[in-house]
Amino acid sequence: MARKISIKDAIHEALDQEMARDPSVIVMGEDIVGGAGSPGERDAWGGVLGVTKGLYAKYSDRLLDTPLSESAYVGAAIGAACCGMRPVAELMFIDFMGVCFDQLFNQAAKFKYMFGGKARTPVVIRTMVGAGFRAAAQHSQMLTPIFTHIPGLKVVCPSTPYDAKGLLIQSIRDDDPVIFCEHKALYGLEGDVPEAPYAIPLGEATVVREGRSCSIVTYGMMVHRATEAAAALAKEGVDCEVVDLRSLSPLDLDTVIESVEKTGHLVCVDEAHPRCSIAADISAQVVQRAFPSLRAQIEMVTAPHTPVPFSPVLEDLYIPSAKQIAEAVHRAMSGAPR
Amino acid sequence: MADPFPMKREDLLRAYRTMRTIREFEERLHVDFARGDIPGFVHLYAGEEAAATGIMLHLNDGDRIASTHRGHGHCIAKGVDVAEMMKEIYGKKGGACQGKGGSMHIADLDRGMMGANGILGAGAPLACGAALAAKYRGKGEVAISFVGDGASNQGMFLESLNLAAVWNLPAIFVVENNGYAESTSRDYAVAVDSYVDRAAGFGLPGVTVDGTDFFGVYEAAGEVIRRARGGGGPALLECKMIRFFGHFEGDQQTYRGRGEVEDLRANQDCIKKFNAQVVGAGVVKPAELEAIDREAKELIERAVTEAKAAPAPTAQDLLTDVYVRY
Repeated sequence: MARKISIKDAIHEALDQEMARDPSVIVMGEDIVGGAGSPGERDAWGGVLGVTKGLYAKYSDRLLDTPLSESAYVGAAIGAACCGMRPVAELMFIDFMGVCFDQLFNQAAKFKYMFGGKARTPVVIRTMVGAGFRAAAQHSQMLTPIFTHIPGLKVVCPSTPYDAKGLLIQSIRDDDPVIFCEHKALYGLEGDVPEAPYAIPLGEATVVREGRSCSIVTYGMMVHRATEAAAALAKEGVDCEVVDLRSLSPLDLDTVIESVEKTGHLVCVDEAHPRCSIAADISAQVVQRAFPSLRAQIEMVTAPHTPVPFSPVLEDLYIPSAKQIAEAVHRAMSGAPR
Repeated sequence: MADPFPMKREDLLRAYRTMRTIREFEERLHVDFARGDIPGFVHLYAGEEAAATGIMLHLNDGDRIASTHRGHGHCIAKGVDVAEMMKEIYGKKGGACQGKGGSMHIADLDRGMMGANGILGAGAPLACGAALAAKYRGKGEVAISFVGDGASNQGMFLESLNLAAVWNLPAIFVVENNGYAESTSRDYAVAVDSYVDRAAGFGLPGVTVDGTDFFGVYEAAGEVIRRARGGGGPALLECKMIRFFGHFEGDQQTYRGRGEVEDLRANQDCIKKFNAQVVGAGVVKPAELEAIDREAKELIERAVTEAKAAPAPTAQDLLTDVYVRY
């Protein structure tokens, strides 16, 4: 039965249900229980935002607090995945990938291919992405394109509680390494979520709003900005279609092409930086596959080619807005580039 | 007469066969590489055989090892098929990794060999994961991480020592100290004199052995592995050993002392030492060792012939096995 719950609770429920279903699922990370070895409450934090709070009471030693030592524990999660476990490692912020990147892109991503097909590495790295928390340059990045670039990794970034639960369950059951990106500004967002476990296949985009005039293709937090822009544009008689990619690798290009063939116009929106971004990738692939369907230039709305600034004034300017998206739609529709 | 050795006669012969096979494998690669038969980077284990062999004799297929760029010896001692290894090094189909990994990435997960590794120190966290999985399984299995003295300075390795101690993992960290990190002396690049001290700094017991002494390695490894199997936690084992060849094949080794390698080969050869001990004690006859020498030579000869004859991968193989499902 569907109820309205938050993304935070949807993720908690996915972890809970998969841990109950499969004893090889273990969860590790910094403070994911919280209070290990401390004199106070054992299950103090349940993760820095409380996502895993309460799981320790049910699964005890299958939840592992780790030292602040990302290389070691992310690598251990990957090693355990090669040896029959299904670990979910929480990396608090995707920005911290820098300190454990080798384990992901040289180890987990490569085993299957490099070992001639013999390896399976069913590991999930849950990590927070995105700006908006006044958390500045080292706690606010998207970095999704970096992981999407790497063969062997899968990259998922849900925008709703329903998708968060279904995509996380699929990611845990998946036999390949998955970088599961949770936008920090969306944890409180509520939506309909069935109580029973369900899996959403990776690599299936969804059309969150149908329209005939212009396609807006995006993912994560930007889905909501795009929907907001589409609602404003509708009042002007511009009927936008919003495509939520949900999974960046694998990528459902067919749904994007189908939408562009219908509308003839495309705006790609990405909270990542512009160069080599998901937006740039989609733009290039659409030009290659559906050039005759395009009636005007493709427009991109992305964060600028700068680090994420701290000052609230600057950070608000940094994050792509519904207004910028609407302006981009106008440019795409008129065929007049900036 | 009391048996002077800590193992049965057939195990002595088994150990000798492993060491001899590694030596033949590496000496042959040295020659074939110089001839231009072998693509890529090759790092040889010759001179270090006693360490891999003395440690691996304690392990079963359920025990995991994470190896290094200098991994051929670990592979052979862990039971990886020599012909498949050779095919892999030649980049051929039917190789241990279908020609997609090469010398630095030979793996055989069914044998518990989690891969040679081109990234120094990267095996240590993976071994922690294997040890964690072993702990959940509860069958007394262990995981061994090999690093050289060079990679012993990597953050990944040092973090892993701490993690293994914090989680009390059945993990053994073997530092194969051959005195050189590539061309740079161990004494220049490692600030502490003793790895026992470094281990102590992370809350682990540490032990140093002469890595050219097979029996010394065998006994020290046996002790730390037994303790880990029984829930006693991780340990660090330093094997002081020697490198017969350069960092990689093609290395002119101008950084080494005059006559250094010749002296090591004459006086510190782990296989010669082993022979002297077992033959001297009258437990094994020279003819038995000579028979094994011939068999090892034939085995490698066959492996090379098979590798040269094996088909190359096809264009289709380029795109397969990136994902289980995509």
